[in-house]
Amino acid sequence: MRRSRILALGLGAALASSLALASGATAQDQPVLITGATIMTSAEAGKIENGAILFRNGRITAVGPASEVSAPSNAQVIDATGKFVIPGIIDAHSHIAADAINEGSVAVSSMVSIHDVIDPTDMAIYREAAGGVTTSHVMHGSANPIGGQNVIIKHRWGADAEGLVFQGAPPTIKFALGENPKRSNFGGIPGVPNRYPQSRMGVMDVIRQAFVAATAYKAEWDAYEARVASGDRNAIPPRKDLQLEPLKEVLEGTRYVHAHSYRADEILQLMRLAEEFGFHIHVFQHVLEGYKIADELREHGAMASTFSDWWAYKVEAYEAIPYNAAIMTERGVIVSINSDSNEEARHLNQEAAKTMKWGGMTEEQALAMITINPAMQLNIQDRVGSLEVGKDADLVLYDNYPLSSFAKVRTTYVDGQVVFDVDRDMEMRQQMAAEKQRLKEMLGETDQADESTPEGPGLQASGSGNGGTR
Amino acid sequence: MRRFFVAALTMAIALGSFAVSAARAQQSDTYAVTGATIHTVANGVIENGTIVMRAGQIVAVGGPETPIPTGATIIEGTDKQVYPGMIDSFSRLGLTEIGAVSATNDANEMGDWNPHLEAYQAIHPSSEHIPVARANGITHTLSAPGGGTISGQATLINLDGWTVEEMAIEESAGMVMSWPNVGGRFRGFGGFGGGGNQNRSFQQRLEQYEADVAEIDSWFEAAAHYKQAVAAAPDRVERDLQLEQLAKTLDGGLPVIVQANDERQITDAIELAEKWNLDLVLAGAEESRGMASTLAEKGIPVILGPVQRVPRDRDAPYDDPNTLPGVLHDAGVEIAFATFNSSDSRTLPYEVANAVPFGLPEDAALEAVTIGPARILGVDDKLGTLETGKMGNVIVTDGDPLEIQTHIEYVFIRGVPVDLDNKHLRLYEKYKNRPAKATTT
Repeated sequence: MRRSRILALGLGAALASSLALASGATAQDQPVLITGATIMTSAEAGKIENGAILFRNGRITAVGPASEVSAPSNAQVIDATGKFVIPGIIDAHSHIAADAINEGSVAVSSMVSIHDVIDPTDMAIYREAAGGVTTSHVMHGSANPIGGQNVIIKHRWGADAEGLVFQGAPPTIKFALGENPKRSNFGGIPGVPNRYPQSRMGVMDVIRQAFVAATAYKAEWDAYEARVASGDRNAIPPRKDLQLEPLKEVLEGTRYVHAHSYRADEILQLMRLAEEFGFHIHVFQHVLEGYKIADELREHGAMASTFSDWWAYKVEAYEAIPYNAAIMTERGVIVSINSDSNEEARHLNQEAAKTMKWGGMTEEQALAMITINPAMQLNIQDRVGSLEVGKDADLVLYDNYPLSSFAKVRTTYVDGQVVFDVDRDMEMRQQMAAEKQRLKEMLGETDQADESTPEGPGLQASGSGNGGTR
Repeated sequence: MRRFFVAALTMAIALGSFAVSAARAQQSDTYAVTGATIHTVANGVIENGTIVMRAGQIVAVGGPETPIPTGATIIEGTDKQVYPGMIDSFSRLGLTEIGAVSATNDANEMGDWNPHLEAYQAIHPSSEHIPVARANGITHTLSAPGGGTISGQATLINLDGWTVEEMAIEESAGMVMSWPNVGGRFRGFGGFGGGGNQNRSFQQRLEQYEADVAEIDSWFEAAAHYKQAVAAAPDRVERDLQLEQLAKTLDGGLPVIVQANDERQITDAIELAEKWNLDLVLAGAEESRGMASTLAEKGIPVILGPVQRVPRDRDAPYDDPNTLPGVLHDAGVEIAFATFNSSDSRTLPYEVANAVPFGLPEDAALEAVTIGPARILGVDDKLGTLETGKMGNVIVTDGDPLEIQTHIEYVFIRGVPVDLDNKHLRLYEKYKNRPAKATTT
């Protein structure tokens, strides 16, 4: 009984993804024209009333006033009069689609990568697409001062693990400061021993020690490569150190640091530490007290990815304010609004709108915080984040004004393919219900299946490991 | 332009608080908002309307002809909207300050059977969360305890007052219960030591659940006997605080607010309520969709949790939480909304708005944060609408309070405009005005 129920649910889920795949496969080369909509581009073109956008083979080929964008005769034309189009939402801080989040047993886990544990069956990929998200930065957790390597994915629901990966995106790594790496709120968990560090001093020490080692490691490699370059054919390469290799890339500026942080003082200290070793912190994540040191952030060249209004869930979040994004923006910091949650990600449009209420951001500034700004933070702004000719056709069609608590997504496109559509979703529900019924009958069950039969562990298991994330 | 807007906003805020302090200096107890669009929630919308509050109550609501008492402080309301203040129907306001710090948490007590505990005893009037929530139009809340099976009694408070005595509308507004569950769903962080339930078979968990439910029933039975004994011979009964307090719920005496989500829980809670004639209110009710007509038929209201939540089951529709409020409303179930939290109370209106594009009519959404919960808690004679005789819990806005971009300009609680300053606004003003850092060379 229990087994059969699990089987049925498993099949149902598999069916859902195969349906998504099958119905999502519109011919790659058929152009799509969405016309009559208000197009909010997050680019120089700004907001285009009665606009049109044309895309083909996964790329945007035209965007402008409806009267100036003509569709080829074979195009699928979507009349979107009264509707709104925005660039696909980019979530700069996510933990979806991963089998594990934290390798918390060590203080420096730079050798592990989320890329190795991508779970393409996580429903969050689809559900967030239903909220307009097309790209997510899937990050290691915040259990350690230096965490693991992150991966950037597109919400290509139905693709396999490698098929989700945003190819060509420069690599990133997670750092973390404050209560999580010093394990303040994680004491007494069975099977999890106490671990250095336990203070903010120790957190900085762990990072400093790691970069002392990484600097020496880099020097060894530099010396070796210099010898090779000078024609020394007997040069012996140093031993590859998988823990230090990503930090060497940080020192070389080819891997970008995303540092989980809360308090202004720890943010300042990490910037100074980075400057000491000649690298920089590309993005501070959460950065809830960034508003206190916005000038220092700008001066360092750091960007900021924050929550809209969460606060007081722990001590270091007690001075979080919903005006954070606005103050940092006014002082010249590039700011994004992220989710850090498979729920919050479903309405990042609304979270961005909160910066208009709290801090008086303009509509353009608010929209940029979930589109072009996070694209810049992930170094993928040449591909996504705005609606411009040549960019990926990642976009969201809303039934109504998107920066509103009443907004509703109609269709989400990734690479020009429909990954979510509200009408198709309704059809899939019926197909899934019919399929479930067929399976039940096959298994000799009546429709009055015991509602309380457990689904068993694992089906919901997209947990965050044992270290916490936000 | 933007800068101007921000400046104008700051001015408006400053003027707002000036008006308040000036009013207090005069010791005026009469306020009028004139020329505004008044959303009464009782008798439709009045354009160019006037509302008058005196001595804590609404004393007049009407058109431009409405007389304004001499000495009233007048707020010119052209282009403004007036609504009843909103209620967070189940929160931790005053009980939880910082989630992760147990020293600041007074919502949960040890033990499973605490009908005699009252949120009222622990509400902290100077919690930073209270001014933050009211600045966004939340004027009152049901501050509720948690933990155990019978958690204790919730208090209905205004979000203003020097002491809990000044804040309280109903010291005891409901008995809160957390219904046991069979478990088996895996959610939350893996490896967090929460796996105990997973190691038992479904049958074992079901047996435990049934024993728990039987124990609940035995508590109500004991309370009924206690009540009978006290009625028969008050001098001969040894006082038992638990039974004395639980007995208040019998025969509909005090609402019993049961946190329950799945159909088994809801069904069993209804069975208990019918057996002991309880005034049952469901809270959470995430899987009540299939029972909507039953709930409507039996007149059982539902306090819904956040609309912004992940659907409970992997194969549930993506919009399951969004459509549930509309489904219950359509079936005729009285609904309210709650955050079950303190720091999120501010965002209650947006949670509600999220149900609107998925089927909840806009007027029903507004009722679900005003008159609906007032009816559920039996205080609709004094709260929830803009009508003469009701408490002056009133908000003045520049738009629909359920819309994010709307600004709340005045909040009246018990007929008096309250200070909209709060921790967040203070930190904003302070750091916005931090002098530019001297550039180091």
